[in-house]
This record gives sequence, structure tokens and C-alpha cells, in this order.
Amino acid sequence: MRQIIFLFIGILFGITMFKSEAASWFRIYEMFQFKSFHMYGIIGSALVIGVLMIQFIKRYKIKSAYGETIVIPDKEKSFSRYAYGGIIFGLGWALAGACPGPMFTLIGAGFYPILVVVFFAVLGTWAYGILAPKLPH
Amino acid sequence: MEWIFNPWPWYIGGPMIALIMFLLLYFGKSFGMSSNLRTLCTICGAGKSTEFFNFDWKKQQWNLLVSVGAIIGGAIAAQFLTVDASVIIHPDTVAKLQDLSIQSAGTAYMPEELFSLQALTQPKVLLVLSLGGFLVGFGARYAGGCTSGHAISGLSNLQLVSLYAVIGFFVGGLFMNHLLLPYIL
Repeated sequence: MRQIIFLFIGILFGITMFKSEAASWFRIYEMFQFKSFHMYGIIGSALVIGVLMIQFIKRYKIKSAYGETIVIPDKEKSFSRYAYGGIIFGLGWALAGACPGPMFTLIGAGFYPILVVVFFAVLGTWAYGILAPKLPH
Repeated sequence: MEWIFNPWPWYIGGPMIALIMFLLLYFGKSFGMSSNLRTLCTICGAGKSTEFFNFDWKKQQWNLLVSVGAIIGGAIAAQFLTVDASVIIHPDTVAKLQDLSIQSAGTAYMPEELFSLQALTQPKVLLVLSLGGFLVGFGARYAGGCTSGHAISGLSNLQLVSLYAVIGFFVGGLFMNHLLLPYIL
């Protein structure tokens, strides 16, 4: 039952996504129009704090709640999978106006058509899994 | 406490996301929401068709709990922590969207023309939602992560490949937003 903490972290995340309007289709549209600093401020400030935080964790070998040193694995080195995958993701992000985190938030907020988006996102993931051996990575 | 009920400015939203990333690291995990889509595939039996989905999904239970929490958090925020959900976007953006027949711009949280149950009967709306979702799911797994995994976690850990992915997000996003969306909507 110690996993229950993740439910609470998720609740905090859901509230943050809704209240900061990062889950709003309009905010994503406006971001790609470069008409507001809002989304850049959210991602940018999370990033500045995140960079400092991870440097701090690494330098001082901060331990997790279970007493183990926190290790953050490096991502696999490549170019094509990140470029192609990124572009495909971006096309979908600007169309549906929601990325995988806010999708869940929007279900709770009662925008039920988002369930179509979630269903097809699962289907898209499935299609990737099947096609992966044939795609450049 | 007044601030809670108003839309949160970026300087609250951003640091809160950093806090969530810290909490996940502190509890021995990492921040990445699109992994849940893969886990859902496995739960639905995708492991039988492809090796990619053949893993012990119970190890990802913690992340599914984060998703369930995100649903509950969305409900709490919309029901109890919001007086007026209208998203006040730039007037130029409102005008532009109204030209594209999104009349609810500036007065709603989500475009009613796309995210109301009545809209679901229109083939065009179903196309936007299904194609958008499919590309997000496909692209996120191809790129090995989404906004949380690359733009937040990966870039925070100074991963060059996450920068490639995030540049990709914007190349695709700008192309859709400026060149395709005006014809689709």
C-alpha cells in the first residue's frame, strides 16, 4: 500500500495541469501562435528548477525515500527516432491540443470527447509497437 | 486562498511541475506520462502480438496510479477549485480562432466545437480527435517520451536527445498549427 503516495502525486499533478491551463486546447494553440508567454513560462520555469534540482541530486548523492541513491538513467543515444517521433508527436499535440498527462486530467474535468483521443493514443502506441522493427531508430 | 480559484500563473504552474518531478524521483521513479499508454496496450493483451509490449505491467502500477490521480485531480480542480474556467487567451488568437469557426475561444476551457458531446456527431470532429490521439500515441513511443519525459525530465537531466525530441515537437506542432489546422478546422 506504500504505492498510494503515487495517487496523491497524481492528484497534485492533475490539479496543476487543470489550474495552470496547460490542459487547455486553447493554451496549446496560443503557444504555437507565439501569442503568449504562459506555456513557455510554465515549461521554462519547471526546466530551470529541474536542471538545478537534478544537478543538486547528483552532486550531493541525495537518497530516495527508501534510502537508495537516486539514479537517473541517460537516454539511449540516437537522432532519427527522436526527430521523427518528435515531429509525429508534435503534429498530434497541435491537433488534439493535449499531451498524455493532461489527457487524463481532462477525463476527470468532464470533457468526455477526450476519451476518443485517449483511445486512439493507445491505438497509436500499439501501432508503433508493431511497426517498430521496420522504422529507422 | 483567493489565488487557488483563479487560473494559476506560469510562475506557480512551472514550479509545481518541478515539485512533482522531484517527488517522483524522491520515491524512486521518474516523470513520464506516455509510458502509461504502453502499459494500457499490454493490459489489453498487446504482448501476444509484439515483443515490445511483453513486459510485467505490474511494475508500472505506480505510474497508472499517477494517471488515476491525474483524473481525480482534474475532477477536483474543475468541480471545487474553479469559479470561471474560461481561458483568457490573447485577443489576436481569439479573433483568429473565430475566423476558423471556433466561436467559444476566450469564453471556455476547451473549444465546445471539438470537446462537447454534440460535436462528437460530426465526422470532422471525430477525425481531429482520433488522428490527434493516434499521432500523439505513435509519436510519443517512437520518440521514447512526451512532454513530461523529454521536455521536462530529459532536458532537466541535460539529455541532448531530449532536445532533438523537443525540437521535433515544435517542428511538428508549428507545421500543424500554421499550415494544416486552418484547412482542417
